[in-house]
Amino acid sequence: MIFLRLFYEFFMTGLFSVGGGLATLPFLQKMADDTGWFTRAQLADMLAVSESTPGPIGVNMATYVGYTTGGSAGGILGSVLGAVVATLGLIAPSIIVIVIIASMLEKFGESKLVKSAFYGLRPASVALIASAGLSVALEVFVKPGIANAKLDIAKLVTFVDWRALILAAVLLILTRWVKFTKKLHPICFIGLSAAVGILFKFAGA
Amino acid sequence: MELLKMFLTFAKVGVMTFGGGMAMLPILEREIVDKNGWATAEELTDYYAIGQCTPGIIAVNTATFIGHKKHGTIGGIVTTLGVVFPSLVIITVLAGIITNFSHLAWVANAFAGIRVCVCVLILNSVIKLWKSAVKDAWGCGIFVIVLLLAVFLDVTPVIFVVLAALAGVTIKSLEARK
Repeated sequence: MIFLRLFYEFFMTGLFSVGGGLATLPFLQKMADDTGWFTRAQLADMLAVSESTPGPIGVNMATYVGYTTGGSAGGILGSVLGAVVATLGLIAPSIIVIVIIASMLEKFGESKLVKSAFYGLRPASVALIASAGLSVALEVFVKPGIANAKLDIAKLVTFVDWRALILAAVLLILTRWVKFTKKLHPICFIGLSAAVGILFKFAGA
Repeated sequence: MELLKMFLTFAKVGVMTFGGGMAMLPILEREIVDKNGWATAEELTDYYAIGQCTPGIIAVNTATFIGHKKHGTIGGIVTTLGVVFPSLVIITVLAGIITNFSHLAWVANAFAGIRVCVCVLILNSVIKLWKSAVKDAWGCGIFVIVLLLAVFLDVTPVIFVVLAALAGVTIKSLEARK
């Protein structure tokens, strides 16, 4: 029964991948090799689509793999069932583990020990978020190949993506200092940036 | 009734998330902390820290936490289903219509623009969370050390979270002894 197997495979993926959605990638590669449900090349395409659609990447990947695998078993109905089963498999371990941790936190959250642990943990958590943001920023503002440039300022400057930097500066001003726009929903700025990206061909495509 | 509202709100968060779980943070702040008051900024920081060390993807873990806080196990299930619901619909529809969606020029250009925005939104979130998470010089020190190590070392965040929690316990017990 392919759908049971699909649930099981994604349950294991959800259980053992720790961290962001990209942490599921090695597990999916192994799944491709072990089951033959899809090829690694197909997986690369699925990753590209998952990164360019709304929603958490890990969930998008699970849905897509489930859709592809289920489809080969039973047409369009199989596709939809496969997508649902794979996604539920991926999130089931999260729900179980988090519900257990959350219940324990409710019980012991007021204890001195837990409070002091969180006192140290919170700054670290913000630092980890900042570091994740920095690695995105590096990809966005610096063009590939900078590692080959010597420490020559004139050369280094050519690797900076100035258009992206200007957009970022404008967004920063709009979200932080302009009274009329800073209260706007983040999705407004995302929409604006998408439009600017299309208009000025940000990907060079 | 609130369960339905939570499902819809998390579905909205799912639709508005472009990129990984980090890109979800600014949206969560707006929808969960500011608008509905289902969690505080401190709690959101805690959930992100724990979510990076436990199995599964951060976006799902955080959704489960907030749902559980408001309505127990059922709440955790409802919010999690909410956050994955848009992915299910969008991917299923897209996969059915076009297979090379991401190769379309306008999609690639739009996402190159969106990634710039995500950087700025994450920066804003970091500034906001910093104010609630870093209370004193110790906190500032932990922030700087973890940031530097996380940027330059390619190791799992689990180590930082565990060490920072231990540091918190040590600092507080030293303070208590004084």
